[in-house]
Amino acid sequence: MTELTNKSALELAAGLKSGEFSSVDVTQAHLDRIASTEDDFNSFITVTDELALETAKAVDAKRSAGEDLHTLAGVPVALKDLVVTEGTRTTAGSKMLENWVPPYESTVHNKVKAAGLPVLGKTNLDEFAMGSTTEHSAFGNTRNPWNLDHVPGGSSGGAAAALAGFQAPLSVGTDTGGSVRQPAAFTGTVGVKPTYGSISRFGIIAMASSLDQVGPMGRSVADAAALHELLAGHDPLDSTSLPDEVGGFLNAAQTSELKGKKLGVIKQLAGEGYQDGVRTAFTAALETAAAAGAEIVEVDCPSISYALDAYYLIMPSEVSSNLARYDGMRYGLRVEPESGPVTAETVMSATRAAGFGDEVKRRIILGTYALSAGYYDAYYGSAQKIRTLVQNDFAKAFAACDVLVSPTTPTTALKFGAEKAADPMALYLGDVATIPANLAGIPGLSLPAGLAEGLPVGFQILAPAREDVKLYEVAGPLEAALESAGGRVLDTLAEGLNAK
Amino acid sequence: MKYEDAIKKYDPVIGIEVHVELGTATKMFDAAPNTFGGGPNTNVTPTSLGLPGSLPVVNEKGVEYAIKIGLALGCEIAETCRFARKNYFYPDVPKDFQTSQSDEPIAAEGQVEVELEDGTIVTVPVERAHMEEDAGKNTHVGGATGRIQGADHSLVDYNRAGVPLVEIVTHPITGTGERAAEVAAAYVRTLRDIFRALDVSEARMEQGNVRADVNVSLRESPEAPLGTRTETKNVNSFRSIERAVRFEIARQATLLEAGEKVVQETRHFHEETGETSSGRPKSDADDYRYFPEPDLVPLQPSREWVDQLRASLPELPAQKRRRLLGEWKFSDLEMRDIVNAGLLEAIEDTVTAGAKPAAARKWWTGEVARLANQEDKRPTEIVTPAQVAGLVDLINEGKLNDKLAKDVLTGVSAGEGEPAEVMKARDLEIVEDTGALEAAVEEAIAANPDVVEKIKGGKMQAIGALMGPIMKATRGQADAGKAKDLILAKLGV
Amino acid sequence: MTESSAITPEQVEHLASLSRIAMSEDELKSLAGDLSTILGNVARVNEVAGDDVPATSHPIPLTNVMRADVVGETLSSEQALASAPAAEDDKFLVPQILGEE
Repeated sequence: MTELTNKSALELAAGLKSGEFSSVDVTQAHLDRIASTEDDFNSFITVTDELALETAKAVDAKRSAGEDLHTLAGVPVALKDLVVTEGTRTTAGSKMLENWVPPYESTVHNKVKAAGLPVLGKTNLDEFAMGSTTEHSAFGNTRNPWNLDHVPGGSSGGAAAALAGFQAPLSVGTDTGGSVRQPAAFTGTVGVKPTYGSISRFGIIAMASSLDQVGPMGRSVADAAALHELLAGHDPLDSTSLPDEVGGFLNAAQTSELKGKKLGVIKQLAGEGYQDGVRTAFTAALETAAAAGAEIVEVDCPSISYALDAYYLIMPSEVSSNLARYDGMRYGLRVEPESGPVTAETVMSATRAAGFGDEVKRRIILGTYALSAGYYDAYYGSAQKIRTLVQNDFAKAFAACDVLVSPTTPTTALKFGAEKAADPMALYLGDVATIPANLAGIPGLSLPAGLAEGLPVGFQILAPAREDVKLYEVAGPLEAALESAGGRVLDTLAEGLNAK
Repeated sequence: MKYEDAIKKYDPVIGIEVHVELGTATKMFDAAPNTFGGGPNTNVTPTSLGLPGSLPVVNEKGVEYAIKIGLALGCEIAETCRFARKNYFYPDVPKDFQTSQSDEPIAAEGQVEVELEDGTIVTVPVERAHMEEDAGKNTHVGGATGRIQGADHSLVDYNRAGVPLVEIVTHPITGTGERAAEVAAAYVRTLRDIFRALDVSEARMEQGNVRADVNVSLRESPEAPLGTRTETKNVNSFRSIERAVRFEIARQATLLEAGEKVVQETRHFHEETGETSSGRPKSDADDYRYFPEPDLVPLQPSREWVDQLRASLPELPAQKRRRLLGEWKFSDLEMRDIVNAGLLEAIEDTVTAGAKPAAARKWWTGEVARLANQEDKRPTEIVTPAQVAGLVDLINEGKLNDKLAKDVLTGVSAGEGEPAEVMKARDLEIVEDTGALEAAVEEAIAANPDVVEKIKGGKMQAIGALMGPIMKATRGQADAGKAKDLILAKLGV
Repeated sequence: MTESSAITPEQVEHLASLSRIAMSEDELKSLAGDLSTILGNVARVNEVAGDDVPATSHPIPLTNVMRADVVGETLSSEQALASAPAAEDDKFLVPQILGEE
């Protein structure tokens, strides 16, 4: 690995600003790294080398001309292939959109372009963001740079692997039930799910509209904070977009102290039944925090026990409706039935049978059922009530502490094929700690906290809605304390990768 | 069973759903233009097409118009309302769901006063009015008739997809008996008038910006429970509404008489034959799996805004009729005649221009109507309210009498000029020339000695017999009152 | 798993038809099993979702988000049709639609 791909986004930004190297240098270095590692990792569905270098060149020119540039200008980024990029195919990881080239631009991509970040490419994901292992992509598996026999997590598996594999210094993922935080945990990187509505969903291919949120990812808390600030802000094209002012995240990450902060350990997510190594790492992290002056308390959020169930009713219901548009009429795949009449209905059915993978079909059927006449109240209706209860529990808990904490996931990265062995519910249980934040709309962050049997463990922090800065106020100093105690988790991997 | 018999034997209950396209500048949930014309698929944004990643944003004007419609229908405007998704697959529905409203419509529980041709007023109960978006347009190609059955393929234009609609649903309309069909058509016509008065839609049924679906069911008697209803779509004119209702009543009665059941279904109206036929079979499309639209947040129209809009409502046709009836003090029958003849506004304007209501009515429904009829035109096409008011002024000033005024009117309608001009040009003014009048009076007295005797004998009515010759001699321009005075004076009575 | 949450392949067939996805017999059977398992678990939301608990449909309580009635950027018909599987006369060409909506 070259030096440049080892650096954090902010280190790159500093070097670009000082003129130590150019954005073209940086971008080319990352493109080279991608080319030499993609056979192993398969993080990307589409690599946009020409566009990336074009942007890099333009930014370098502006910098030479003395123009005012964004802090992250010239620092490359990878975008999950759920982010619409005008003129560059956007597949959602699905056969359905295998060759779809969007005729319009997403707000996220517009912001990235406006700030001058070269986009390296579109990363792999579970199809339409449905899955926790990126095994449900129509474009092959992404492999975890820590161990190629293990999954990188999902659905933002490609985005996380790109970071952990040093292919990109920054990634943009999406998180609906943990799809940014869980891959971050599995790959030893930092992933953030902002408050619902913080980052615009205009141009983000929808999975579950009331749960989806764009998530900044990086190899450090500060990097994620800087990216978060760039992406957040009100968007009139998204009716659920928050009108709030954005800012102070990077500053909070870099200047806060753990002293005096109250961390609430959620009783229901404290690790009972979790992998031993995960529990150990979590407890150790709490001790590090306490040693740095934080107060650890226990909080009781009983409704969280029902959060998973509610999620697996609300999410599929919204999915069943959001994915109805993929019918072969206006764009994307169109397949005619092999036999029988060729009508709009039969073409729709044949197209959707061919275009969607099993997990997508399962969730559409489940959601269709949950919304059906006669079943709405017992399923979707009840699930929306659990949402209220979870929000209430969180509100009560936050009254007693600054942030809530838990292990991000019950286990470290699974091996490939684990799903085939298990029944569907067992797999969904992996999201038990991340889902509550999506249900309630509150922000969450995962940062690396040690290793368990050679694989990274994630530490999750949750903050009150619209107080995303609190995530960074704790994550920043906690990361520093953990790295001081045990070194940076990714360095272990970097050494291993360097040896290659 | 024939309609005439069916309607005697069964009690019909009707229900009407009206969709009105709002005349906003942009669509309901995106900023594409809401205009006619332009090439296919040019008035579209990513949201109009339901492209992956696209999102809706509510058009404030659409909400304003919906509230106005709700208020005009006497509805309660919701304190909180939400949008909902109505899920069904159809190529002209770009998201394969329609953004609409379900449990929480913007307006609910109102009523509309519908006036039938003979002046009978029927109050139609309105259940709700809600906002939703229109679908694109399918053109069926190939096949014998170019209609859905037998078409090879369809071409879809999404220009119309997303155009704001307000759907108005009635409660079951009962007690209309043999007037059911008439009431149905009159109700839709009344709504159309309201939409135009509110200026929220061009409201032309022919152009499709007002659409009606008619529900019909029959029962043995008004006390019996409601029967099975059918919904008939594709009724594109007021006349069609009436025909469709009549046909359904007869068809359903025939089934019931034969001991068969009416199938709950959607039917299609055929203009050419006046018949309805089975549309889609009862299918899964009926389970729309409504749920709250997660991409749109709830609307809570402030009471201040609602009050503002209420205050800004123009006087609605029914209100106006009631007010004018009170002010003008006409009889109900007279009012009905005026409304039927489409002369309400003309008379109103004439009164505003200074004429008394009775006079305005007399001239418009009398001579003006007669002249217009002769020329196969509408009364308002041959003279203006200002002109009629001017004519009445001249009569009040004593310059014209009724007969002369009629002549003036003829001239005005022929385009000869304003009443005063025509009066002068045709020399129709009541003659003040006492000399000519005196001469005419003396002549008449001389020529009618027996009449004179009667007058002298105290029979004042006999004066009338002298008026004829006097008027003739003065070409009708004598002032009758003055003539009478002169007669009396000359006869020394 | 309770009686009421046992889903049959016939039910799945109906759901597949509602959601326009053609499925083989095997798929229907497999999904019936999956759904039964999942629903058997998630139905426990009813244990605590009492009548007195209000539903939350939007996680963050925003209201009255609207825009002015002003025309914005549109796509050209070329852009709109660029990805169309089939087009004719600037319109999307779709297979014949039978008398079902």
